[in-house]
Order: sequence, then structure tokens, then C-alpha cells
Amino acid sequence: MKKELPYWDEMEQGFVTRTLTEMINKTGTWRTFKPVIDHSRCTKCRWCIIYCPEPCIHMEASNSDEKVIIDYDFCKGCGICAEECPVKVIDMVEE
Amino acid sequence: MKTVEPILLSGNLAEAYAIKQLDVDVVAAYPITPQTTIIEKISEYVADGELDANFMLVESEHSAISSCLSAASAGARVFTSTSSQGLLLMHEILFITSALRLPVVMAVANRSVSAPINIWCDHGDIMPQRDVGWIQLFAESAQEAYDKLIQAYRIAEDPEVRLPVMVNTDGIILSHTYEPVFLLEDSEVASFVPWKLYPLRLDPENPLTMGAFGYPEYYFETRYQSAKALEDSINTISEVDEKFGEISGRKYGTVSPFRCEDADVILISMGSISETIRATVRKLREKGEKVGMISLKLFRPFPFKEMISLVQDVKAVGVVDRAFSPGAAVGPVFNDITSALYLSKMSVPCVNFFAGLGGRDVRMAEVEDMFEKLKEVANTGVVKEHRYYVGLRG
Amino acid sequence: MPFKSIKSLEERPDFFSPGHGLCPGCGAAQIARIVTKVAGKDTIIVTPTGCLEVSTTTYPATSWKVPYLHVAFENAAAAASGIKVAYDALIRKKKISKDANLVVLGGDGGTADIGLQSLSGALERGERITYICYDNEAYMNTGIQRSGATPYGAWTTTSPAGQKTLKKDLMGMAMAHRVKYAATASIAYVRDAANKVEKAISLGGPSFIHWIQPCTVGWRYDPKLTVKISKLAVKTGLWPLYEYYEGVTKLTVEVPKRLPVSEYLKLQGRFRQIMNKPEELAKIQSYADGLAGKFGLGPVAQ
Repeated sequence: MKKELPYWDEMEQGFVTRTLTEMINKTGTWRTFKPVIDHSRCTKCRWCIIYCPEPCIHMEASNSDEKVIIDYDFCKGCGICAEECPVKVIDMVEE
Repeated sequence: MKTVEPILLSGNLAEAYAIKQLDVDVVAAYPITPQTTIIEKISEYVADGELDANFMLVESEHSAISSCLSAASAGARVFTSTSSQGLLLMHEILFITSALRLPVVMAVANRSVSAPINIWCDHGDIMPQRDVGWIQLFAESAQEAYDKLIQAYRIAEDPEVRLPVMVNTDGIILSHTYEPVFLLEDSEVASFVPWKLYPLRLDPENPLTMGAFGYPEYYFETRYQSAKALEDSINTISEVDEKFGEISGRKYGTVSPFRCEDADVILISMGSISETIRATVRKLREKGEKVGMISLKLFRPFPFKEMISLVQDVKAVGVVDRAFSPGAAVGPVFNDITSALYLSKMSVPCVNFFAGLGGRDVRMAEVEDMFEKLKEVANTGVVKEHRYYVGLRG
Repeated sequence: MPFKSIKSLEERPDFFSPGHGLCPGCGAAQIARIVTKVAGKDTIIVTPTGCLEVSTTTYPATSWKVPYLHVAFENAAAAASGIKVAYDALIRKKKISKDANLVVLGGDGGTADIGLQSLSGALERGERITYICYDNEAYMNTGIQRSGATPYGAWTTTSPAGQKTLKKDLMGMAMAHRVKYAATASIAYVRDAANKVEKAISLGGPSFIHWIQPCTVGWRYDPKLTVKISKLAVKTGLWPLYEYYEGVTKLTVEVPKRLPVSEYLKLQGRFRQIMNKPEELAKIQSYADGLAGKFGLGPVAQ
């Protein structure tokens, strides 16, 4: 959501800022190819998580299981995760 | 130490003493004449344990101001000082310091700029810093340098102001001349400028980003914010001067007039040259001449209103510039004075005197000559020559 | 070694927010992320002007969940030292109680060229900062102009016929300052890199890490290859992974059999113009052979 632009006296002294980019800049719109994980074959080795430059891949725990999740709000579709996946279970799919 | 009697100190040593009393946390500096004896003395204070500060012996003035900026961003009280080429090397970072609203305080021993290289006084180093967004105070004695430096911290650290401050003292003339200086007690200084940890600092407990990138839709507002703070700071500057007067018996004002009440002609100047002009006024007044002078104590923000009120009924105004502004119609101080007059719809005839460049002495005889020229303008109402180069050969 | 597994690194919280404007596949983003993960919450980041700075701090947003300062292009080392020295003073004077790690993330332009003087000053003074140079071998932020770190033969917009000199030896300069710790890093060896960052920070500094950072746009390659190219830089001997501590230089990743440099160069469009020039390739191979000899890498595999 782009809010109305602030007046000069509404900005903090010295224009310091704390708003995180993840709150306002959804870079997922940049993407042409989308990484899709085949969870049945994923070994949860975490290499994709480590190499993601955004970062937008994380481990999500549910019940007793855990699962690698890609946040498509931010994924720019660089393809590093698919390229570096040791078991090749990530496909880059055209959107 | 309470001194009822003054102590003999140079401008630089008086400033170093103030820094010790102000209990600064970080000093970052680089040697350059004529500022160097300030940092030498502070080094001694630190080495002797008289000042609990970390002294960064950096490799350039650029790093000195950068380290001061960043130390202030961490919440420390900081100090640096420089002159001439050193100030020019800092130029880039001066803008950033004011835009980030960091209360860095710097003593500048004003010196000419190269070429030719010359270590003596003029205002050639400070004039290129007019638009950097710093508060710029001018002293005309060692006493005033000491007093102004103490005032500077209270002004800079005021939560509404939060701007860097320069205290300008004429190099060699003030920096190295010993004069009697009245000092305050350490406790008086400490209570006049109490230290407080500023909340918008770099602190992992409260992370924030300082120095962000500004797109066109934000840049204008960010720059306006610090420019407005500079303009508004004049109120705090005057208040601090008043309060300082209460504890010390000394206050200076943003403009300091002398015998202006009924003066026909007035000379306006900044820095140590004002002392010579004041002495000349005294002498000419004894002869019955209606002359006066104004010493400009605050250059940025420029005290427009205060200045205007003093020259309302004058027949001619002379402005002494101790620096060139090559290619411009007039000198930098003259420019501000005439802008102030124009904005107030006043058409007082003005004459610009360029004097004292590169440490050239300006003597009373030369000041008398300036007054002669102003009197001629006052009598005829005609400005034959709007610029004079005092003492220039050829 | 603190990071025995990838999991142990992954489990550290992130202090680098997505939504930044760095290019898809950007190596600098990977470095910033890993460095902040390792450095942790009590860290202050300083960057000089550059890609990383403009793309992560577009007002009113920031990608940094730790305190962050940008001042100018040439003074990151001076700025970081100022903060550290201020922290020291404020703690000693009991004005604050908690310390912070100071980490600089500077590009090669801000480190090897315009920022070299302030870096030298900070290293010589023994400032307790960790300076990490993410080296993408040109001025990428302004549009791929050559820097003092541009390698021989590389195309840039200001070396259209290919760079004619070898890149500056930044590690040599850092070690000549007798720093506490210095190391090279590559994202393809991320545990090695993470351990080096941890060591650099824990030793207090001054520490210097020289981290090769492939740039998809400036090096002209498919963004998915960032890690692969980082690995080939090491495998060909062009980027030996080593550390310097207490006067001793030690290889941290062995390369028993090197690949020929052409394996690294051929993936990058910036070297296209020399790929059919054997004499140019021979010069780069000979540079790699020199590094291999100096750091004890193996011979080129036949």
C-alpha cells in the first residue's frame, strides 16, 4: 500500500527510517520464471534457503513436519535455488 | 578552577580548555596550521587523564569529520577542528552532517586557501562553506572563542536544533595571540551544557537506518527539514547567549553594534578585524564624527532582522569582506547584507571593502580611510565605486 | 569452527529484509544476508555509496534490521571507526552499557579506489572493525565502469577493449597493515565464509575480508549462475580461499586439481572478446598459476 507522501515535518529528524522493505516493496512482480519445489523429493538440506539473495525461502514447521516455503511476494525468479538444489527438485516454471 | 582574575591564553588554548570542561567523548582531528595547537593541547589533556575522551588520530580531515559524524550518530559528544585546505577537504561531509542532524562541533581557525599557499588569516576557507547547513558563529577574541565554543554545544544538542556548529576564530590573529581570558568553573560548564543520550542514535536495541537514499519525491522535504531547522535555530542561539550571559556576565548577540545610535555611516565586519574597526570608531567619535560599526557574530543562519533594525536610519553602509567571491558582483558578506536591505525595501547606499586577505594587516589608518569613503557617499548620496580593495598594490 | 553444518547457519535469524531493489541473483545481497546472519543482532552496519547502499535504503524503507549508516563513498572505514570509538568511550564513561560489532560492507570502488585512504587509516590505527569488501570488480552502481579491482581482460563501459592491467592486491595491502585477521571468501563456500566472518568479528579487528561477488549485469551471465561462477573462481585458482592470522597465511579450501581459467571466463560475457585470443587467455592462466604457486593450490587438471 503506498501511503500518502509525508510532509517535511512528518519525517523523523535527519530522515532516519525503520520501515522495512518487506512491508512496502513486493518484488515478486519482477519475476518471469517461478521456482516450484517438489516437496515429495525435497531433502530439506537448506541450500536453497542459504543461497537465496532476497531472502524469501524459509523453513516452515507444521505439526511434527517441516517444509521449505518460497514467499512469492518477494521471489524475483533468479533461479539460483533451482540451479543449486543438490537433488534437483526445484523447477523454474514460466508464469 | 574559578578565576576571578583572567588567565593568559591564546584563542586555541582557550578553546582546548573549553573542550576539556565540556567533557567531550570523541575527538577526531588532523594537523593543520593554525589550528594545530588546539589538538596538541587536547592530546595532552587526554594523555594526562584530565579529559576522558578517545582521540582519533586520523589520516585526513575528510576522515576526521567522517569519524565525528559517525561518533555523533552513536550518541557521543564530539569535537574536531581545522583550517583552510582541511576545511575544504571536509566540504563534502559537512552537508551530510547537517542533513543527518548530527550535533558535531568544530573550531575553525580561519585561514586563506591555496594557491599560493599561505598560512595566515582570511575568510577564504569559510565562505565556500556558506551553504553546508551548519550554524556558523564568529569570535573576535580568545575570550569569545572560549565562550562561543561552550555555547556551541548547548545550541547543537538542543533537541529542536540538532545541527552541527562551527566556531570561527581568525587564524594566527586570534588562534595564536595570548589574551587575558576569564574561565568558568568546570561545574558551571557541566551544568550549562548537560549531556543527554539522544534517542535517534545507532543502537542495536532500537535499530534504525541513517543516511538513506532519497528519490525526488523525498529529497526536497529532507533538505527543507534541515534548512528550516537552521533558520529557526536563531531563536535558540539567542536564548543560549542570554543564558550564558547570566552565568558569565558575557553575552554577544547575533550582531554586536557599537555607537550606531546616531551614526551616519556604519561599517559591518566579521572576526578580529572588528576590534580594529571598533577602536577606530572610538577614535573618530572623539573627534565628533558620527560613525558606528557592527560586528557580525552569527553568519549562518544570517541574522537578517537584527541587522536591518540597526541600519534603518544610516546614510551609507560599508561591508568588509575578508574573502573574494571571484566573478560575483560583490563579496559574500556584502551579498547577504544587501539582500537583507532589499527584502526590507531599504535603499541605503552600500560599499564593499575587500581587506585583510592572506593575513595582510588592516590598520586603523586604513579603516579611517574606509570611513572617509563612506562619508563621501553619505554626503553626496552617490556610490562612485561599489568595491574597494584595501591596500591592494597597483 | 562454529558453523559445522548449513543448518546451523540457516537457523540463525535474518537481519536482512526482502523487498530490496538489488537485481535478481545479486551476489551482494547474498553476502549482506550471510554477514548479518553471522554478525547477529548486536551489530551496526556501515556501507559506502554503492549498489548495496542505494538498493537497500530507498527512503522511507530499509532492508536492514540492524542499525545502519551510510555517509559517503570514500569514508566507510572512518565512519565505522568513529562509531566503534564512540561506543568504547560511552561504555568506559558509563553512559551506555552494551557494545556493538562494527561491520563495513563496501564495494570494490569504495574500498580499493576512493575509500583506500580511509581504510588504510583505520587499519593502521588498529580500529576494532570488520571491513568486508564485496568485490564485483567494477563500478556497478554507476553502470559498470572499471575500477582498480577490475581483472585483466574484462570488458567494462570504460574499458571497452578489455582491462589492460591486473587487479589491485587488496589482501596484500591489508596484510601489509598487519591487521588482526584477513581472509578471502566466496559464497560458493558459504560455511568457510561464515566461519571467517565470525572469526573476524570475534577477534575484534581490524579485520579485512575480501569477498568475490559475481554481478549478473556487469559480468553478463544468467542470474542463476551466481554461485556456480563463485565456485569456478575458486576452482580455477583465480580466487584462492585463505586466511591470514598472527602473521601466518593458510589455505582454508584446498584445490588439489585446478580447472583451466577458461572454464570460469567462458560463462561471463565480459570476457567474450578475449575468449578466442589464446595469448590473452595465457596471461590470465599465468596469473592464476602465480596465485596457485603462492598459496599452494594443485596443478591444472588435464
